[in-house]
Amino acid sequence: MHETQRLDSGWFILFTLFAAFVLTIIPLPAEVEPFRPEWVALAVIYWCMAQPLRVGVGVAWLLGITLDIIQGTLLGQHALGMTLIAFLVVKFHQRIRTFPLWQQLMIVLTLIAIYKLLTLWIMGILGKTPDTWLYWASGLSSMLLWPWLSSILRTKTETK
Amino acid sequence: MRLTHRPCGARDAPYAWGKSWKVDEFDSKRRAIKPLFLQGPSLTTRLVVFVSASLIMMTVDHRQNYLENVRTALSSALYPVYYVINLPVTAGGWMQENFTTRIALMQENTRLHQQATQIKSHLQKMAALEAENERLRKLLDAAPKVSERILAAELLAVDIDPYARKIVIDKGGRDGVYEGQPVVDADGVMGQVIRVNPLYSTAMLITDTGHSLPVMVNRTGYRTIAAGTGASGQLELQHVASHIDIKPGDLLVTSGLDGRFPPNYPVAKVILAKQEAGQFFLKVKAEPTAHLEHNREVLLVWPKPDGGLAMGQPQTPAATPQSPSSAAPQNPIAAAPATPVTATPSRPVERSGPASPAPASAAPATATATPPDNIE
Repeated sequence: MHETQRLDSGWFILFTLFAAFVLTIIPLPAEVEPFRPEWVALAVIYWCMAQPLRVGVGVAWLLGITLDIIQGTLLGQHALGMTLIAFLVVKFHQRIRTFPLWQQLMIVLTLIAIYKLLTLWIMGILGKTPDTWLYWASGLSSMLLWPWLSSILRTKTETK
Repeated sequence: MRLTHRPCGARDAPYAWGKSWKVDEFDSKRRAIKPLFLQGPSLTTRLVVFVSASLIMMTVDHRQNYLENVRTALSSALYPVYYVINLPVTAGGWMQENFTTRIALMQENTRLHQQATQIKSHLQKMAALEAENERLRKLLDAAPKVSERILAAELLAVDIDPYARKIVIDKGGRDGVYEGQPVVDADGVMGQVIRVNPLYSTAMLITDTGHSLPVMVNRTGYRTIAAGTGASGQLELQHVASHIDIKPGDLLVTSGLDGRFPPNYPVAKVILAKQEAGQFFLKVKAEPTAHLEHNREVLLVWPKPDGGLAMGQPQTPAATPQSPSSAAPQNPIAAAPATPVTATPSRPVERSGPASPAPASAAPATATATPPDNIE
């Protein structure tokens, strides 16, 4: 029973990734804009943890490049952070899975912060540093979204 | 019995959150015995490979433009994402059009009629002026100014980069859009196209930090550069010396010196011009006249080749979106062209800017007398 599910979960992964991209560029009111969660990064974290044999460093890199193309940023700017996140999650996926919720939240926050820090460095090198602390707000909102996101994705992939 | 990757005791772990993870069955189905290690190169190797790939790509993308074609091809493939996002907006517009009441339509019709009459009367004046202008130009033997070709385009409702002022429009290479093309709306200049795809293109707004635009104060004819600040609805005029006559309410129009934007399009209104203590230059802020943030319809302009340079001014490198690494130095003297026109003291380049009063008189003269050159 699980095996048929596994077969089509590939499509499900693709669908969630597509949705992540859509949510990343869908217009938001300017006040809420800085709090837009890092959807693609969250998807990478989730899938690297849940299915590390399918979604790993390579897929994460591709997703990063796609994000760069969609947002028109330097090719590789997001890819670098995504690669690093994926590496950390795949490396420790068995531990992260068993963590209690609050620890998972901390992990997600840290990962997103690492990703944003790398992006910030690159933007800094290019001279395009955002001059507001709200730059980090999306890390918080991503963290708060994690419990819902992971439980929804888990019920979708694991039960029938 | 199947071997899985489930960590020992994960199912019973006291802290396990929610259900235990049933994972990797996909792989155990394919192989009789699950390998103990991941296939292929090790995780660290992959990390190193992909991190270096990112670094190399970033360097190449920043320094050269080999990757532009790759980017164009790939972003065409991503059009569906834009399309899906725009779908509700399109549908909403369609619904609104189809379910408007008759009264609302009639009201709108009346309003439009009035507007059309007003515009027509303006146009009549305009036609007379244009004819006169052409006649006078002929007398002067100057090239007649021809009006530009214009194409209406619609914004795609996507929000691509939160840290840049960019828009996506629904006309692309298929419609003849080219890189560097001016984008305007009914009230003024919006920006310019920076990336063209067959089906859509991306434009940078004039408020982006990477954008500078040569402008002219309509009242006095003083020419300067309006740079984006990154804040919405704000431009900054650079290197305006304190003796320059400029005040809030002044209209800034494109000067056409860039050879890219047609001249005399309204750009912005000055909202602040003040001398700050200890500062050599005036602090001048301006507000774009175009509705940059809330506008669904934009116009793409094809300037006529003689449009921008009819005044016989030297062709200067255009208002390209400057790559920030090569952004203009803040020092106006260093930014001045290699052959300064006026009574600049000898060796002006070695002076280090607005600190000393001596070059003060020279700098603005240089800046005014010569075309803006802070863009490569």
